[in-house]
Amino acid sequence: MYRYDPYDHAMVKARVAQFRDQTNRWQAGELSDEEFRPLRLQNGLYMQRHAPMLRIAVPYAMISAAQLRVLAAIAREEDKGYAHFTTRHNLQYNWIPMDRVPDVLERLADVEMHAIQTSGNCIRNVTSDQFAGIAPDEVVDTRPLAEIIRQWSTFHPEFAFLPRKFKIAVHGAERDRAVVQVHDIGLHLYRDDKGDVVARVWVGGGLGRTPILGEVINEALPWRHLLSYMEAIIRVYNLEGRRDNPYKARIKILVKALGIEEFRRKVDAEWANLKDGPATITDDELARVSAYFVDPTYAQLPDTDAGFDARLNSDKAFARWVQQNVHAHRVPGYRAVTLSLKKKGIAPGDITDTQMEAVADLADAYSFGELRSSHEQNLVLSDVELRKLPELYDSAKALGLSSSTVGLLTDMICCPGGDFCDLANAKSIPIAKAIMERFDDLDYLHDIGELDLNISGCMNACGHHHVGHIGVLGVDKNDEEWYQVTIGGRQGNDTRLGKVIGPSFAAADMPDVVTKLLETYVSLREPEERFVDTVVRVGLDPFKVSVYGDKANKKKEANNG
Amino acid sequence: MAEILKNGQVHSDNWQVLYPEADADLASVTVADGQWLVPYALWQAQSALQSRSDVGVWLSPNDDLNQVAKHFSQWPLVAIDFPKFTDGRGYSIAWRLRNNHKYTGELRAIGNVLVDQLFFMLRVGFNTLALDPKVSPEIALKHLTPFPDVYQGSTDNQEPLFRRTDRAVAGAH
Repeated sequence: MYRYDPYDHAMVKARVAQFRDQTNRWQAGELSDEEFRPLRLQNGLYMQRHAPMLRIAVPYAMISAAQLRVLAAIAREEDKGYAHFTTRHNLQYNWIPMDRVPDVLERLADVEMHAIQTSGNCIRNVTSDQFAGIAPDEVVDTRPLAEIIRQWSTFHPEFAFLPRKFKIAVHGAERDRAVVQVHDIGLHLYRDDKGDVVARVWVGGGLGRTPILGEVINEALPWRHLLSYMEAIIRVYNLEGRRDNPYKARIKILVKALGIEEFRRKVDAEWANLKDGPATITDDELARVSAYFVDPTYAQLPDTDAGFDARLNSDKAFARWVQQNVHAHRVPGYRAVTLSLKKKGIAPGDITDTQMEAVADLADAYSFGELRSSHEQNLVLSDVELRKLPELYDSAKALGLSSSTVGLLTDMICCPGGDFCDLANAKSIPIAKAIMERFDDLDYLHDIGELDLNISGCMNACGHHHVGHIGVLGVDKNDEEWYQVTIGGRQGNDTRLGKVIGPSFAAADMPDVVTKLLETYVSLREPEERFVDTVVRVGLDPFKVSVYGDKANKKKEANNG
Repeated sequence: MAEILKNGQVHSDNWQVLYPEADADLASVTVADGQWLVPYALWQAQSALQSRSDVGVWLSPNDDLNQVAKHFSQWPLVAIDFPKFTDGRGYSIAWRLRNNHKYTGELRAIGNVLVDQLFFMLRVGFNTLALDPKVSPEIALKHLTPFPDVYQGSTDNQEPLFRRTDRAVAGAH
């Protein structure tokens, strides 16, 4: 993975010193709360319900065992012994006192980590495919260009006070695992007819209050123009994006208002002054950064193993784990393994200090000391030998990280919600926990098959509820927490937004609602058909009837009449 | 007298900024003697101002830079207003004035100009900074260069770090 050179070290150290000074000036009253606010947000620091929340960047999902150990130590010594992986690769602490934050950032800087631009109205941490570099369907390894984008966006002088946050996601495989179409800029790297790397560029996607899928602004942008082209997009947005209403301030609203043709015309006019200029990425720079992402020293291995096969045939639990949590690898004899952070009784994405240390040990023992964090809030060991899967499984099981439910109903994406977050309208973690308790029969979960259930505690949609096969959104009605349900959303190459099935539900009803949706699916599905495919085929009505009973029909009749 | 930062030092000068009332009739706003920065729209509305060498203009985010650029030679300086420090349009306006419209004269940041944005302002092309009255110029001076280097190009230095330096290629890790 990428390692800091003296320039990177100096920059991050300077940032720590700057933030320490800013914190001091705020405490001394030289900076008002309002003036300090964007400064602390651009260092990942939120004032939350109980205490500050500190969000640490995990750039494009890459994290080392050494870094994870430091994160564990901070969780133990500065927090309450745990941390939370988010839906954007990042890690959050919930209980670090304000005046300890500069010291924590200093510790992170020592292991080449930071909290730069993990919040605020600026270019955020770039996200990517957690299987970058190892996926068999990968065409272009996204990591070098993602790192080049990270550096370009860091302390960008023109784009620190945009109308709203700005998220860039990049993928380079046949299958989009980074949900690029729901980002302000989405990049799909591929090879053109000549074999040159180009990007399909989407702009104006986003979830939140007004969920919109991005539109293609450029079908084939040569890789060396990525920075200058994004500069043109963001300059147009910075100047013309709405600033009168934060709910209308994302680039998606501007693109919709102008139309993609007019927005493209403005971007092209701006880009005409930049194209082939100094921001053009050089071959040398790509080569320099790419050199950090060379393959580890893989062993020459067969793609089968007798011990693995024996365990597979004799141990049903192991076989299930392999089916759900083990992923193909482009190198024979290797697999990627998801360590699930979803377990009954635990908030999705949460991990304790001791688990982090144990996972770091697993990464050292089985995966060249490197890990990935997925936007589904799990950890991935990217380079595990097939023959070592049985012993890795036993270790993961002992740590409580072997839930063989990746991709299934209980592998929920869930934001911190009203238990922690100040923005939330409703709690989300108790909903996730109640659903996990209701559906803890592995046979049933496997029978239901692939199902993304995503939960957000408010319109900001950190839990990506719009693109869940089942989406749950917490809403506030007269100071009570209610939950609106959508079905039919999906991520991937054919990303779609789910549709609302009807009036919202009380928290206590949510497990029953999910049960009824699943019963309907089971009664209607065709062989090998996933829940979401059944929804697409039969439409919403049967699901509405199952959940709302006669009320669904009456309402429909009333509407028709 | 206003205190401004210029070339890394505190200066005093006599430029005052005229902010007309929102509903003012621009043709009848009085611009007194002395050095005044007036809104571009006011400068356009009163032809008498256009011959005064002690009148410069300030730009709001809504002014059309293609029109503005025709008059550069008539002004002793151009200012860009930051109505609120979180309104980042001024950075891109400054960048465009310097790079697309090739403005080379004095470019001054005015309005809610606070300490922690000065570094960014200097990078995009401002060369004088009229501090918000609540900011201590001495403290501001200490915060002009919080970072030892920069990754990306901007007006102050068009070349990104990767074109300016020979960053070591990985290998030893």
